[in-house]
Amino acid sequence: MKNETKNKIVWTKKDLLGLEYLSPEEIEFILYTAASFKEVTTRQIKKVPALRGKTVVNLFYEPSTRTRTSFELAAKRLSADVINIAAESSSITKGETLIDTGRNIEALKIDIIVVRHNCSGAPNILSRVVNVSVVNAGDGWHEHPTQALLDIFTLKEKLGRIEGLNVSIIGDIAHSRVARSNIWGLTKLGAKVTVCAPPLLIPEGIEKMGVSVTSDINEALHDADAINVLRMQFERDSAVAFPSKIEYFKKYGITTERLRKCKKSIVVMHPGPINRGIEMSSEVADGSNSVILEQVTNGIAVRMAALYLVSHAKK
Amino acid sequence: MTLKEKTRIMDREAIEKAISRIAHEILERNEDTTALAIIGIKNRGAYIGKRIADRIEKISGGRPSVGALDITLYRDDLTQIAEQPVVHATEIDFNIDGKKVVLADDVLYTGRTVRCALDALIDFGRPSEIQLAVLIDRGHRELPIRADYVGKNVPTSPKEVIEVRLSEADGADEVVLCEKINSR
Repeated sequence: MKNETKNKIVWTKKDLLGLEYLSPEEIEFILYTAASFKEVTTRQIKKVPALRGKTVVNLFYEPSTRTRTSFELAAKRLSADVINIAAESSSITKGETLIDTGRNIEALKIDIIVVRHNCSGAPNILSRVVNVSVVNAGDGWHEHPTQALLDIFTLKEKLGRIEGLNVSIIGDIAHSRVARSNIWGLTKLGAKVTVCAPPLLIPEGIEKMGVSVTSDINEALHDADAINVLRMQFERDSAVAFPSKIEYFKKYGITTERLRKCKKSIVVMHPGPINRGIEMSSEVADGSNSVILEQVTNGIAVRMAALYLVSHAKK
Repeated sequence: MTLKEKTRIMDREAIEKAISRIAHEILERNEDTTALAIIGIKNRGAYIGKRIADRIEKISGGRPSVGALDITLYRDDLTQIAEQPVVHATEIDFNIDGKKVVLADDVLYTGRTVRCALDALIDFGRPSEIQLAVLIDRGHRELPIRADYVGKNVPTSPKEVIEVRLSEADGADEVVLCEKINSR
């Protein structure tokens, strides 16, 4: 990040609701801060007192292991106290509304709510109703900002830049908040984004987000510097477009053969968890092009940066 | 708030001489350079730390380990300051256990930055000793902290600011005394 930009930027956002709402400079600032936090995770004592005495509540309406654990670790490494509320084991099962839940949690005098919800826009509503910071851990099909940030961080680490890169996002684009956040982030930083999906899983009007569209996997891979392979959710949304997993793998699966046909050595990303043999072969998942595990490690640093910045937002 | 330059306290030659003297004093007190580490407090302290280490190498032939510490995450005043704190990465790629660490900074004032640095350093390991080298000591300590090596003592008032400019970051080497002026 350029020195001048670094010194001019002031972080004023108390919430992180989506990459749609951030400027390119703000996104760069989070990435720069995340790089500093990555160093903390290499120490023997992986703790800094930056959020000492602050409380972070993980309010998860959808089950999650990866994201929730990542946020919990990020908060703990900042010395914050963490409370986990899972919808299925809380008063939400008694019918308590989102707004009531938010206000009640705020009344416990906490500092940050990290919320994952099945409804798009739920974190936005929450942020209007409470005064504490709200961080979106994934809402419906809308956004998953920290996932996209860690994807972009990993890409930048691997390839040195985002501007001018050809990045293809492959999979169930229609139902993917990861895709949308990535599209916002990558296009704002100057990458050329292509989305690739079976025709039924390409949302109408997606070109308006500034992406190229294709249903041909070879076209998506042809000039790509990196690909982000999304999980096919056969247990719910994705099943409308594909009758069988084998058929999906044949038409869209990332295999060593498909990668070999491309002139560039493509960086392979996946938000996890991987369906081996459906989105990609085990060979690719475990191969040298894959940065999937690095994404997970970087997720902690990125989430530390997000929690740190929203809690120190300048008014 | 704006700053008005009042006087130049040190020029490039004076800074060089001060760093050279500090390097000699450090060697005088710590003969074994293999157990020595110079860790500068970012940003300008890190440049000063590196210059001290370079000087020590020139004088004695042995090079101490060199690191740079970012203390933003250990500050206790983040809610009170106006400007945006930027977290830079700490660069300490060696084990500090058992080492004699000399912290380096440009200006010693209230002592709170050094307090942060001590906390940060202790999280990295257990040095056998921590010493402090500063280019300028301007008085007005708010904590019981003192420097072992001082380039120059400059008595100041709280209305004044000492600006250390280094070629690595500011294009020139000089130390300037400024006065705070409230903008109308």
